[in-house]
Amino acid sequence: MFSRIVLQLAVLLLFAPLPLGVINKTKALFAGRVGPPLLQPYYDLARLWRKGFVFSRTTTWIFLAGPVVGLVVPLLAALLIPFGGLPAPVSFTGDLILFVYLFGLARFFTAAAALDTGSSFEGMGAAREVFFSCLAEPTLLLALLVLARGAGSLTLGALLGPQLAGQWQGGAGAALGLIVVCLFVLLLVENSRIPFDDPNTHLELTMIHEVMVLDHSGPAFGMILYGAAMKLMVMGALLVRLILPWQTASPLLDLLLFLGGQLALAVLIGVVESSMARLKLPRVPQVLVGTTLLSVLALVLVLR
Amino acid sequence: MIWLLCGLILIAASGVPGLFTRREGAGAERLACGLILAGALPCAWALVFACGVPRQAISWAWAVPAGRFALQLDSLSAVFVAPLLLIVAAGSIYGLGYWPQLRNPATGRKLRLFYGLISAAMLLLLTARNGVLFLLAWEVMALSGYFLITTEDRRVEVRRAGYIYLVATHCGTLALFGLFVMLEQTSGSMMFPATASLPAAGGSLIFLLGLFGFGMKAGLMPLHVWLPGAHAAAPSHASALLSGVMIKTGIYGLVRLTSFYADIPAWWGWTVLLLGAVSGVLGVALAIAQHDIKRLLAYHSVENIGIIALGLGLALLGRSYGQPTLVVLGLSGCLLHVVNHGLFKSLLFMSAGSLIHAVGSREIDHFGGLLKRQRWTGLLFLGGAVAICGLPPFNGFVSEWLIYLGAFETIKLPGSSLSLSLLAAPSLALIGGLALACFVKVFGVSFLGEPRSAAAAQAHESPRVMLWPMGMLLLACIWIGLLPTSLRPVLEQTAADWTGVRSLPRLAGEMAPLGAISLAGWLLLGLLLLAGWWLRRRSADAPRDLATWGCGYRFPVSRMQYTASSFADGLVRQFRFALRSERHGGHITGLFPDREDLFSHTPDLVLDRTLSPLFTGLAGLFHRLRRLIQNGIAAIYLLYIALALIILLALLGF
Amino acid sequence: MANLLLLAVILINFYTLGSARLVACIRAVALQGALLALLPLVIHGPSGHALLLGLGALAFKGVFIPWLLLRAIREIRIRREMEPYIGFVATLLLGVLLTAGALIFADFLPLAKEHLGGLSVPAALATMFSGFLLLITRRKALTQVLGYLVMENGIFIFAVLLSEAIPLMVEAGILLDLLVGIFVMGIVLNHINQEFSTINTERLTALKE
Repeated sequence: MFSRIVLQLAVLLLFAPLPLGVINKTKALFAGRVGPPLLQPYYDLARLWRKGFVFSRTTTWIFLAGPVVGLVVPLLAALLIPFGGLPAPVSFTGDLILFVYLFGLARFFTAAAALDTGSSFEGMGAAREVFFSCLAEPTLLLALLVLARGAGSLTLGALLGPQLAGQWQGGAGAALGLIVVCLFVLLLVENSRIPFDDPNTHLELTMIHEVMVLDHSGPAFGMILYGAAMKLMVMGALLVRLILPWQTASPLLDLLLFLGGQLALAVLIGVVESSMARLKLPRVPQVLVGTTLLSVLALVLVLR
Repeated sequence: MIWLLCGLILIAASGVPGLFTRREGAGAERLACGLILAGALPCAWALVFACGVPRQAISWAWAVPAGRFALQLDSLSAVFVAPLLLIVAAGSIYGLGYWPQLRNPATGRKLRLFYGLISAAMLLLLTARNGVLFLLAWEVMALSGYFLITTEDRRVEVRRAGYIYLVATHCGTLALFGLFVMLEQTSGSMMFPATASLPAAGGSLIFLLGLFGFGMKAGLMPLHVWLPGAHAAAPSHASALLSGVMIKTGIYGLVRLTSFYADIPAWWGWTVLLLGAVSGVLGVALAIAQHDIKRLLAYHSVENIGIIALGLGLALLGRSYGQPTLVVLGLSGCLLHVVNHGLFKSLLFMSAGSLIHAVGSREIDHFGGLLKRQRWTGLLFLGGAVAICGLPPFNGFVSEWLIYLGAFETIKLPGSSLSLSLLAAPSLALIGGLALACFVKVFGVSFLGEPRSAAAAQAHESPRVMLWPMGMLLLACIWIGLLPTSLRPVLEQTAADWTGVRSLPRLAGEMAPLGAISLAGWLLLGLLLLAGWWLRRRSADAPRDLATWGCGYRFPVSRMQYTASSFADGLVRQFRFALRSERHGGHITGLFPDREDLFSHTPDLVLDRTLSPLFTGLAGLFHRLRRLIQNGIAAIYLLYIALALIILLALLGF
Repeated sequence: MANLLLLAVILINFYTLGSARLVACIRAVALQGALLALLPLVIHGPSGHALLLGLGALAFKGVFIPWLLLRAIREIRIRREMEPYIGFVATLLLGVLLTAGALIFADFLPLAKEHLGGLSVPAALATMFSGFLLLITRRKALTQVLGYLVMENGIFIFAVLLSEAIPLMVEAGILLDLLVGIFVMGIVLNHINQEFSTINTERLTALKE
């Protein structure tokens, strides 16, 4: 078990920034630019690591708690989820609820850290973040319920087990399709991607996540970026496993399949970001309510 | 058992010596506090003792008709008594700093007298095994509650809150009278029937009466009308007691009542589950819209009662459908949340009291930046906030996790109508998300950023005598969060006592691996502390005297910060179909607009929107009716007499 | 495969119910028609009958009618938003409720064995309901045409299920009806537009006594 934990964390820590690079490259290609190198997120992290801090005199220790929780939570959450064919290192009944609530903890402290600066701008981001994610949370739970129905178990590892391949063929295929749509929307919302949020601009009045971290600097900001990258990978793992449920005999092949899936997902996100405009802010809750309704429908489909 | 009785008497009498001392003396309040602590110790001893001996009881003859002085301390009572003792003790110490006799010579003695009385009444109520004794204790509790709420009876809104409470609680008590009379007719005595001894037939009306009477006390959604005003009006440690313990007596009543029945109709469980979901979601939605910190916390009590009812509903459904796993998970979640909510809610009320003590206002928008001036209060409030949001590694997570597991349990039964109870899970998720939004708002606006008023800028930390009791409560929260396995035997025993079935599934292993949760909590806490320590050390010599970036604006002032109302605005608008907030002003006209005020207010859904207009209308109607009948014409009065005689004759004739 | 196709059809229903943009809606409905054109081939295999049905559907639903609608938008310069009577979230909620109702209702229908448990019947019902919802909740005459189109798509799913039993003529008749309906609507639209310089159907109520 110990070796599996180390392997999982190593994969996570090493590969998490790569999809960000792929997304940016895809967007650059769509825009007809060369774009930053694929490994740019790694360079950014290394640069931030060496820098110093700057603090506003308004801030307290909460300001530093945000990045800390934001970094630790994805690390722990990653232990609960299978990376493709590699089984989850830690697995127990009800771990899926822990998974959901861990991210809740991260949200609490990120938003609190934003309010700690006393800036109206960051307060706005925090308000939007908690608003949208409390509409997103039921969707995630409903999606997990649909999967639990298929697996007959309450561990994330079993939910994303090899039985998924059979379910796609069987009667639950339609429900799984709905769930994939919902989870993809959720991935975009939770990881502040277009069309819900813009990860690149810092000065637009409609953004959410980026505005909350404006006053962070140096290694603390690096921790936030790294944490966000890991969150993308962990939540992406859910989706990748759903779409590519195959399992080969060799763990190495499984791992390659998983990483390939992650990169393909990154390309997909890049395509979505290049081809869509940002939604008007009042539309975002409507879309989220819509995905909740879709996931209710998926649940009705599997329960009937 | 005798120990418990001794403790009870000590607690009940704790406020009495104060009545005979000087108004300005500090001795009496220390004596009262000491008496309560001295009373809590033997009660705690009785509790510890109760773990070893399954049934200890006393049953004395009593001169009251149909009454018997019967007390018993079983595990179900113990689950409610344990947090009661802790909160009562913590509150009484806290009161020394929060409501000192020296500064409140007019109200201090009254407050302490009824504080002791209500605590003793609740102890008696939770252990009573006779209907008359139960009702007696219930009424003493209700009346002492009234006097606690109206401590500051000079203020008009306090009197109004007290009046509404009094009306509501007596409506509930009326239903309970009916309940116990009907119960006596079913079982043949005023003594509580044994577990699982009554048939469900004929129990439905009793259940409905109980749901109304106990639900009124607990504050389930349409019956919560008295709760926000009352909790806001009482002094903070009294609010902590009311919210942390008193409303739980309603839950206790429901759990105790349902334990009498051998089989339970399915609609009982569905009703409780549905009420729970409605209370949970609407309670927290109303909480978000509030800007008075104590009203906000009061609405969170409605929300948490909703979560507790979700667990109870699942347990009842488990009994109806014969699913012992569901029974154990639902009931354990329900009872653990009762304990948890008692702990973190009283912690939150006390730390809110510490804020009010320092700033002198209950408006969240008058606080701000208090974490710098009240380090410890801030830390304690943060702990309570994380716990009430149900986030790991605190205790709220454990109980919500158990209820989630219960809801997920039904997914394994294909093709059963029980699957509908799955919807408890997404509603719990929605409640969790909204609670998180609400507490980010409260914590962020009160403790972070720049001070929003002159009083907040000069705030001071509360005295130690207020901080230590809160620290005790936070430690209890952390203890349950990190070592939930230590409560496993109690919860299992309670489930067995409730159903009367000895061989229920255990709360361990595949079904509910509490150990894993505990491990995850330790790991999380350890990693957080490690990373935090590293980051703190790394940033030790960073410059800290710069201003926050002001979006290009050169002269930011603290009024430009996001306020509580603006933080919640998105969510309040999203729920406007249910909340119906009022907004006044804020319309800017012209190129160089004058000063413009914006004011928003969210009245209570049931009280202000439904009951008040209804009763005002009824009063008007009766007023007109009376003027019609009492018109002052003597001839008409003679006609009334004649009519009355004819009707009486007609009645006699038949 | 058929299930995924039908799922896509249901998703497009929701999209049209929740979308605010007229052109996007028309495109979505066109896509729905094109997807449905695949349905006979998927369910019955590549036979002449199925091929004919599919081609017909593609030509009319996927290309011709949407092209007419898009042209109408260009010609009479309609404002390109949907103008609902009730909000998008509420419409979506109704749509999902109706779809869930269709799913449950289909279980109670005395269906042939091969249709039981599949998505076809519920999807057909749900699509008809969605079309109906679109008809009654939107203000513009053009969106009402869209509603008819979505309803026809629902009927088409039924027709595909029964295509062994129903002769091609019936389906052709339905399509023809629709086409005539759209032409009539187009002419009426044009006249309304000339008369009132708007195509908001609310204004039509002014014609009453």
